[in-house]
Amino acid sequence: MSKRLLILEDGTIFEGEALGANLDVTGELVFNTGMTGYQESITDQSYNGQILTFTYPIVGNYGVNRDDYESIHPTCKAVVVHEAARRPSNWRMQMSFDEFLKSKNIPGITGVDTRAITKIVREHGTMKASLVQARDEVDHQMSQLQATVLPTNQVETSSTATAYPSPNTGRKVVVVDFGLKHSILRELSKRECNLTVVPYNTSAKEILEMEPDGVMLTNGPGDPTDVPEAIEMIKEVQGKIPIFGICLGHQLFSLANGATTYKMKFGHRGFNHAVREVATGRIDFTSQNHGYAVSSENLPEDLMITHVEINDNSVEGVRHKYFPAFSVQFHPDAAPGPHDASYLFDDFMDLMDNFKK
Amino acid sequence: MPKRNDIKKIMIIGSGPIIIGQAAEFDYAGTQACLALKEEGYEVVLVNSNPATIMTDREIADTVYIEPITLEFVSKILRKERPDALLPTLGGQTGLNMAMELSKTGILEELNVELLGTKLSAIDQAEDRELFKELCESINEPLCASDIATTVEEAINIADKIGYPIIVRPAFTMGGTGGGICDTEEELREIVANGLKLSPVTQCLIEESIAGYKEIEYEVMRDSADNAIVVCNMENFDPVGVHTGDSIVFAPSQTLSDNEYQMLRDASLNIIRALKIEGGCNVQLALDPNSYEYRVIEVNPRVSRSSALASKATGYPIAKMSAKIAIGMTLDEIINPVTNKTYAMFEPALDYVVAKIARFPFDKFENGDRHLGTQMKATGEVMAIGRNIEESLLKAVRSLEIGVFHNEMTEAIEADDEKLYEKMVKTQDDRLFYVSEAIRRGIPIEEIADLTKIDIFFLDKLLYIVEIENQLKVNIFEPELLKTAKKNGFSDREIAKLWNVTPEEVRRRRQENKIIPVYKMVDTCAAEFESSTPYFYSTYEWENESKRSDKEKIIVLGSGPIRIGQGVEFDYATVHCVKAIQALGKEAIVINSNPETVSTDFSISDKLYFEPLTFEDVMNVIDLEEPLGVIVQFGGQTAINLAEPLSKAGVKILGTQVEDLDRAEDRDLFEKALQDLDIPQPPGATATNEEEAVANANKIGYPVLIRPSFVLGGRAMEIINNEKDLRDYMNRAVKASPEHPVLVDSYLQGQECEVDAICDGKEVLLPGIMEHIERAGVHSGDSMAVYPPQNLSQAIIDTIVDYTKRLAIGLNCIGMMNIQFVIYEEQVYVIEVNPRASRTVPFLSKVTNIPMAQLATQMILGENLKDLGYEAGLAPTPDMVHVKAPVFSFTKLAKVDSLLGPEMKSTGEAMGSDVTLEKALYKSFEAAKLHMADYGSVLFTVADEDKEETLALAKDFAEIGYSLVATAGTAAFLKENGLYVREVEKLAGGEDEEGTLVEDIRQGRVQAVVNTMGNTRASLTTATDGFRIRQEAISRGIPLFTSLDTVAAILKVMQSRSFTTKNI
Repeated sequence: MSKRLLILEDGTIFEGEALGANLDVTGELVFNTGMTGYQESITDQSYNGQILTFTYPIVGNYGVNRDDYESIHPTCKAVVVHEAARRPSNWRMQMSFDEFLKSKNIPGITGVDTRAITKIVREHGTMKASLVQARDEVDHQMSQLQATVLPTNQVETSSTATAYPSPNTGRKVVVVDFGLKHSILRELSKRECNLTVVPYNTSAKEILEMEPDGVMLTNGPGDPTDVPEAIEMIKEVQGKIPIFGICLGHQLFSLANGATTYKMKFGHRGFNHAVREVATGRIDFTSQNHGYAVSSENLPEDLMITHVEINDNSVEGVRHKYFPAFSVQFHPDAAPGPHDASYLFDDFMDLMDNFKK
Repeated sequence: MPKRNDIKKIMIIGSGPIIIGQAAEFDYAGTQACLALKEEGYEVVLVNSNPATIMTDREIADTVYIEPITLEFVSKILRKERPDALLPTLGGQTGLNMAMELSKTGILEELNVELLGTKLSAIDQAEDRELFKELCESINEPLCASDIATTVEEAINIADKIGYPIIVRPAFTMGGTGGGICDTEEELREIVANGLKLSPVTQCLIEESIAGYKEIEYEVMRDSADNAIVVCNMENFDPVGVHTGDSIVFAPSQTLSDNEYQMLRDASLNIIRALKIEGGCNVQLALDPNSYEYRVIEVNPRVSRSSALASKATGYPIAKMSAKIAIGMTLDEIINPVTNKTYAMFEPALDYVVAKIARFPFDKFENGDRHLGTQMKATGEVMAIGRNIEESLLKAVRSLEIGVFHNEMTEAIEADDEKLYEKMVKTQDDRLFYVSEAIRRGIPIEEIADLTKIDIFFLDKLLYIVEIENQLKVNIFEPELLKTAKKNGFSDREIAKLWNVTPEEVRRRRQENKIIPVYKMVDTCAAEFESSTPYFYSTYEWENESKRSDKEKIIVLGSGPIRIGQGVEFDYATVHCVKAIQALGKEAIVINSNPETVSTDFSISDKLYFEPLTFEDVMNVIDLEEPLGVIVQFGGQTAINLAEPLSKAGVKILGTQVEDLDRAEDRDLFEKALQDLDIPQPPGATATNEEEAVANANKIGYPVLIRPSFVLGGRAMEIINNEKDLRDYMNRAVKASPEHPVLVDSYLQGQECEVDAICDGKEVLLPGIMEHIERAGVHSGDSMAVYPPQNLSQAIIDTIVDYTKRLAIGLNCIGMMNIQFVIYEEQVYVIEVNPRASRTVPFLSKVTNIPMAQLATQMILGENLKDLGYEAGLAPTPDMVHVKAPVFSFTKLAKVDSLLGPEMKSTGEAMGSDVTLEKALYKSFEAAKLHMADYGSVLFTVADEDKEETLALAKDFAEIGYSLVATAGTAAFLKENGLYVREVEKLAGGEDEEGTLVEDIRQGRVQAVVNTMGNTRASLTTATDGFRIRQEAISRGIPLFTSLDTVAAILKVMQSRSFTTKNI
């Protein structure tokens, strides 16, 4: 097996074996603590441009199946695992983890100390890293890495370019795609919503002309301040149409109302984050994938915090005091992760119905 | 919600003596719970009849009662202590059943005692199959098609509706006792009849079989605010059908996609929310490997063996959190003690794989039925942690201490194909080794998956191990391959075998190539948060996280998996040793492989290495930690056996030195030592073949006690009366050779007693002498023991004290030793010396109030008795009488003979203390659940040589109103001597049980059975008859006595409880 190197911005180099597609890449190094759900995670567009490390040491145990895609063309840069299962087993399995990575043109590295990598990221914060073939020019690769400026147009590259419908018989919902996970569509479809998925830069005017019952702001990759057009759109739509934001959608909704966001040290990526609903005290385990968060300081008067993470007290959800609009940082759509918070989709349905009345 | 202030005093019920299905895990749970409640400021009262536990130490609870867990005694304690509340969910099924019983009698209401934790109604709902079925139907959780039967006929009707194969599960029994899978109506009749008898509510569940489904467990917790979490899920290597306690188990689940994982998580949380569990709970599920179909198997509404495993596997202390939930705290306000930063409302993320393998007693019970089913048979278990399946599995395999160092077993290698296939299909305790062998023989894993229903994912891991073996064989000394082998859990010893070199050579090459393990932390959160848990496992990776401190440190070796002969007593001693080291300001480091115990709670020691107790694994830790030395005296034979190799490798053994350990353990050296010290021992000799054994026996004179050298718990030990039997033994039981000689000793049928001594090298302290009730011939671990001795003359006591001093000094003991004596014709002989802490240490420590293991540790670390204020010699005896009674698990083990002999058979012990011997005996019998009815019939069927003695006992039974029943020979003898006896027919080897004593037993016409076999090898008919009688008594729960000494003891109790009724 050919050797690959994972070169970290801080100078640490891990040597391992090649996995998946054969290409050199550079991206932001992050880790995910889920013990299952690698297929959903890799195909989650929020990992756009990132090198994804799995803390669970054996990945690929149940292979990859036709159902668990969160996007058709994943844009995650690379994956880092301790061990990739060579003989996956599951009744739904179509192909192995390695075959899947190759088919999606995603390179990977296996046989590295993922726990050590996780600790480095935890201590130094997310950093740039390169995954390259093992060659003699490590110094060169290091200086290249240091010189690389990571792109800020992740949403553009993850979002759909043109609008498309996903018809059903119920409420009409416009889904603004910032890099959406299919599971959001599945949850809405389960509730019979008649969907139109639109690109991230769709204007308020275009949306209002569709006269939807609600607008769903999806998850997506990167820094929310890199998507100013969406912020403008939200400002105009809110109050006129009920809004539900998830993940990046939540951050954009908050920004549109005057809140600020910040980059977290190493983010929340995993699905054991306990989140408290402030009003009821109810605690749910949530699926999360974000590197930015809404700041609780200087929160505008119009917004109230509805959810907080119980350990670091970060803002996990807000609601507009005057408009029918709310958003959460986590993924009530799960996939991967617990279904504890799926009730929020029902809340969204109620919100739309009440607004009509 | 903050903790409750309206209650101050809480009573906890422990789980009593250790039996299969209810073992050391409840000492761990109970100890954690007591400490957690004390930490929150409550006064804790504890009741537990098992002295061999940490939880019954004075420091653990405020008030400790070592009394029988029976309605009579627990009620008494409740009235005396008047606690505000009772916490019953931490003492296993025993604690729960006791609470139910108390609740039914109304005493809790009367005394206004509140039940904490999960409500009894919820427990009922979880454990009563009908109620549970209703609940599951109401929340749409699928159960197997099933129905409750209260009679055999009902069971047959239900089975006809569902279709065979059928699973039978009796309600409210421990470890699935009495359950089984039936393919035919005949089998169903038998199992249901027995199950109904064993079920306290006379109910059996007759259930659809889902053989081949994956077995998955979720360990969940819920608090009063309805917060609910999954601590850990686990996947069984063995599909549904094998009790999860007996299965090989991996954590977390391995072959479940996120969809499946979350579906079963939803189901588990759905169930505990519906049950309104407050505390820990275990949910067992079965998942179809070919669809999303699943079934809920069962729920344990309390902490369990699985929760102990999950706690050790994740670091999340379930029992401690359960106790805090019980007093009203909620998960989102309790700090996670692992990170000390996050809250307990947290679902642990693992970044390693945990493997658990059960330890079975079949090395002791060679005739036992080794087939695995719904009835748990394991006595203990090992756990190992690694970064992949191969590593954790192989580490677990070599932790088992069953003579294997790899997933390779001689019996499997030698098996023909026919046997191999049978062993794969009909699951037994050693299936892993046969499946591995099948792969070595080139049988495709697809075929094996088809036969065994083991997931091909796991089989491929075994295949990979075999592939590495094959590569190693042809690539000697290749460093990259060596690294691969180590990353996949191979032991140096296995690699050495494949390379045909010594393990030392492999170790040397590893070190040369810098292939040495690193240690990773168990932190509940996959390194996402900073932690400081001192809990580590080895693996072959890049970063080492275990940093050596500057403090002086000592390594304490634990005792590995619990097995017959080496039980929780040794964990008790290990924990005390740790405490003593810490008290002296040194760092105590524990190495152990047993997930059930207190010693592997990371908060006990300064550092815990969860590792196999093999030379290689221990040595790797020593290389890193560079301790002052290693203490081997408290980890039973497991630790003692490591003394020599460690010492040879230059490691300092603290306490008694290796050459002196040898002088106690090596037969010849020991004999010489006794001669030098002028201490008599029963005449004996070693033999390396059959003829030599016969010659020696003739010289010594029959009866002789014969056994292989170097064994624990009297394995393969027998008493032999004549040459024919001796020759038979030599051919049947042992493979004697010059390396493995057989010991032939004169068997002196006298009074046995035993002593534990503590020695600082100059002075010797004897905390006490324990007198055995059963005469020599019954293994000391199976004997009842009385302290202080009741029948020994001062002269004998003086001799014992004198011999003990001479032995301790003469064998240069530093620390602890145990000596067994037999007194025959007023002469004291030494039978055996164990140069280490013995199983009586906890019992004796508790009754004498001398912290023996701690004191011995202080000796080991250079203190002396005098400075610590102890006077040499025999410690003064207190006023109370204490009796230790053995407890057996025969109801769980089919085809195991319950006849007591020189081989140890008990799994646990209970204690009774009172002011008189009779009262103490009564309590010990009650605590051991050997309850004798106040009136009724006693059945005698005894060997000829015992008839004379039986007569006296029978007379006394008749005197206090029992009727006598006996088989022909015994009956004739008793009648001749003027007793009224009802004669019953023997079985005489026949199948027909009508009119025989077996029917009598079955019909409940007999309240106790006395059966002895004598020392002469009985005829086959007599032997099988005796066996069937004993089986019948055990399965009916009727007190069975196989030693007349025990009969005399219980007679004494019954006499003391009976009033004389005599006409004038």
